[in-house]
Formats: sequence, structure tokens, C-alpha cells
Amino acid sequence: MSRRPYTRKVKRSWWLGRRRYVVYMVRELTSLFVGLYCALLVVGLWRLAEGRAAWDGFLDALSSPLGVLFQLVCLAFAAYHSVTWFALTPKAMPLAVRGEPVPAKAIVGMHYGAWAVVSLIVLIAAGI
Amino acid sequence: MARSNKPILWLPFAAGGLVAALIIPVLILITGLLVPLGILPLPYDKMAAFAHNPLGKLILFGTVALPAWHAAHRLRMTAHDLGFSDGVAVKVICYGSAWALIAITAAALVIV
Repeated sequence: MSRRPYTRKVKRSWWLGRRRYVVYMVRELTSLFVGLYCALLVVGLWRLAEGRAAWDGFLDALSSPLGVLFQLVCLAFAAYHSVTWFALTPKAMPLAVRGEPVPAKAIVGMHYGAWAVVSLIVLIAAGI
Repeated sequence: MARSNKPILWLPFAAGGLVAALIIPVLILITGLLVPLGILPLPYDKMAAFAHNPLGKLILFGTVALPAWHAAHRLRMTAHDLGFSDGVAVKVICYGSAWALIAITAAALVIV
């Protein structure tokens, strides 16, 4: 490996020209919103640890207009992450059963099934 | 054979991608819509009981730590795509934020 690898200068906006590149960048930037929502969950856990009043304050903050707006944006990106992640799984981890490749559609379908089951379990556990 | 630390980065990255895909949307649905609309109250006693339970702690920890790691690793790669050199600064910002979130989560789950 070279000690001083050549790095070509790239324009930060190289991906804006073509739809395909924009879609790619949006897909990758879903991780930013996943990370931001994780931070929100961490704040919530900390508030929970602090006690009843802090937790109730956290719930109020979630319900503020800004809180809802932020979370709706996160929801759009998170759902897009789910859809794109499921779509790439059979490409990243092709499966074979008894030497026969499992069709990509079956692998993607199982992920959607798991998504539905997990969502339902969480909703029931949360008390819906 | 040259040793690589990539599998150590990739395994939690892939696991985090899957966990994020399966559980984050429904969590946002709850905290961002059902709570504000008053459909789900998420009472303190119930949430605290869940966080006191060892299995609950494990679920909460995995729900934060794995997606946080996934996001950190992917943001590092995306920063590179955006023309930021993959140096110490990007790594510290990305992985450092993830480790900070993981540490605070662990602390919160211990004292809750």
C-alpha cells in the first residue's frame, strides 16, 4: 500500500446532476436520520432514568410541533432505509438452500414479513 | 495474510442496518405520531418497568447501539463520497458520536 495515496479532488455536489446519483445519496443519507433519531431515543432513555417528571417532559417535547416535524422527516428517511435495505439484502447476502439459490424475491419478502411482525409486536408491547 | 479490522466494523454495521430497518420506523410512528395524537400514552410506570427488566435493558440497548453504529459507519463512508478525506477527523466525529450515544445509553440503563 502506498504511503501517500493519491486522492482525486471531487466536487461536493458531483451527485446532484443525475437522478440515479441523487437517489443513491438520499439512500446513504438515511443513516443521518437514523443516527439523529437514535440520539432522540438516548435523550428519552436518559429522561426515563431521571424520573417521572423528566419523562413526562420528554413526552411533551415529542409532541411539540418541532418534535413532530423532526420525527416525520426521520420517519420518511427511516422507511426509505427499510425499503432499500431489504432490497439490497439478497444482493449482499445471497442464500442457497441445498445448493439451490433462494430467489431474491423470497428473501426480500421474508424481510417485509419480519418488518410487519416486529412492528406489530412493538405496537402491542407499547399498549395499542 | 494481511489482517483486516473490516469484519469487526461490518458485522455490527450490517446488524445495525437490519435492526434499524425493522424497528426504527415503528418507534417513530409511536413517538412521533401516536404519542402526540394521544393514542398511546407511554406511561412512566410501564416504561420504567420495561427498562428495569434485564431483557428490556438488552432490547433497549440493542435498539440504540446497533443502529447508532450503523449510522456512524455509513456516514463515514458517505462523508468520503462527498469528498471529505477519510481521515481522523471524520472517524472521530462519526464513531465518536456513536460511542457517546452507546455510553450514555449504557449509563441510563444502569441508573434507571
